[in-house]
Amino acid sequence: MTRWKLPFSPWHLLLMPLALIFVLPLVQMVLTSFMSSAEINQFPPKLIPTSLHIEGYRHLFSETKALRWLLNSVIVSGIAVISHLVLCSMAGYGFARLKFAGRGLAFVLILATVMIPIQLLMIPTYLMFARIGIVDTLAAAFVPWLASAFGIFLMRQFFLGLPVELEEAALIDGCGRWRTFRSIVLPLAKPALTTLAIITLLWSWNDLLWPLVAISDDSRFTLQIGLANFQGMRRTEWSQLMAGNVVATMPLILAFLFAQKKFIATMTFTGIKG
Amino acid sequence: MAVTFAATPRAHPSTVPAKRGPRGRALRRGLTGWAFAGPATVIVVGLSIFPAVWAFFISRAKWNGIAPATMVGWGNYQKLLQDPDMIAATRHTLILTAIFVPGSIVLGILIAVALNQKIKLIGFYRTCIFVPYVASAAATGILANFVFNPQFGAANDILRTLGLPQSQFLENQHLAIYIICLILLWGEVGFTTVIYLAALQDIPRELVEAAVVDGASKWKVFRHVTLPELRPVTVFVAVWQTITAMQLFDLIYTTTRGGPLNSTQTVVYYIYELAFQTQRLGYGAAAAYLLFIVTMVLSLGVILYGRRRGSEVF
Repeated sequence: MTRWKLPFSPWHLLLMPLALIFVLPLVQMVLTSFMSSAEINQFPPKLIPTSLHIEGYRHLFSETKALRWLLNSVIVSGIAVISHLVLCSMAGYGFARLKFAGRGLAFVLILATVMIPIQLLMIPTYLMFARIGIVDTLAAAFVPWLASAFGIFLMRQFFLGLPVELEEAALIDGCGRWRTFRSIVLPLAKPALTTLAIITLLWSWNDLLWPLVAISDDSRFTLQIGLANFQGMRRTEWSQLMAGNVVATMPLILAFLFAQKKFIATMTFTGIKG
Repeated sequence: MAVTFAATPRAHPSTVPAKRGPRGRALRRGLTGWAFAGPATVIVVGLSIFPAVWAFFISRAKWNGIAPATMVGWGNYQKLLQDPDMIAATRHTLILTAIFVPGSIVLGILIAVALNQKIKLIGFYRTCIFVPYVASAAATGILANFVFNPQFGAANDILRTLGLPQSQFLENQHLAIYIICLILLWGEVGFTTVIYLAALQDIPRELVEAAVVDGASKWKVFRHVTLPELRPVTVFVAVWQTITAMQLFDLIYTTTRGGPLNSTQTVVYYIYELAFQTQRLGYGAAAAYLLFIVTMVLSLGVILYGRRRGSEVF
């Protein structure tokens, strides 16, 4: 096993080009967002901007409602994450620990929903939301994100794996169910809650199809549909488009870079338990 | 109701001392349970089981959402089976699936094995390879339009540097669907890699060491020890990626919008157009049901095939 000590393992020949293929387009995205239009349209193409131009960002925020879209995305994802954490942990606890009439049926129904895809639901959900008058509002974008079968299942699995003795002690001491849950169980559930928060943030922030269906007023757009539609209108404004892309991807990319271990654990969990 | 759900092993009886009669206690317990589980259950079930049933009724009607619906029985389904646009969309979706699923499995295993080596820069490589996964499909699509732009995109620049002929990429109707495959792989391989990496690290060391002691070559260890150990994960990945590919929409919407000449129209994109651009709600719902059934059958096929080959993941 002396190979490890060699300065150059043959694996680098595979990994280095692959790593560049995966990361260079994103680097180019960031660099292009700081170029002027003239530089972008130059031939042959340039990778590095000659000087820092912030026109892309300036025009993006002055000519489009990108700031509004960003705020909308933050609201939708924020509500999605908070609601997921509250409702799914409660439901997960209920299904793991409490006995109540209809529990089995309710849980089977929840599991069954995992298989139903969005394209089957979008038509009736749109009609339903139109009837109650929330189409074209932010509520239409976040209501489907308030809770998910995946979240309930994740939290239930976690609580099933937690020893019951602590809770029993609290209950015998006269602590109610709710207080036991709040002050004993939830603090122990931090790893599962982090996983749930990351996955909900990732999925809700990047969602395109549903907000596209539910929202047509451009001041209610999320960033994803705002950019997608903006691109449809002005295909050539690359510095603006790339600036928009940076705004849309950087929050998650930075979160990923700072909490890489947690993200990877979350992705692994989705894979193994999902 | 007797709770018979088998996978609930450790629900334990409440230990709160009885304050009322046994019936009152059961009622109270029931209320507590529903107070915890109720809100999420109502949202999840209400926003999927109910609409899914409604979608079925819509799929048996001719309806634009405004004028009264006409019930047409299975008419929409029969028409879909002969609809050239639906057939083309199905063909494109199946091409995508047939390339993307094996592609992401093979690449995922290859990259995971590479990332599992103890070499320098491994953290850097890992970060680079995983980062595209967190970028949205919308951003990925817009970026791809830039990279594959025939005039000033980086892709043609590389071909030029290598002395190869230029390409129209996404604007070439024979090529576009394969470019979409590439972009999809770029965005999703991080996910399969993470899963395979975790699975590789779960393989007991003794297993590999025993094989090495027995004189197996590296390739043989990989082929006869590592790969069989990865099989359950592969079944999962295959199902997950089949669903991803069969339901592809975002990337199409942000790159080609089904073009050029409908050559990248996928089934979900077609459903979107039917329902929300041409207001053919019944026809769109029928197409969605057909896709749902085909996806289920394909996934079950993958699971059964995996089972027959000796995996017990599901």
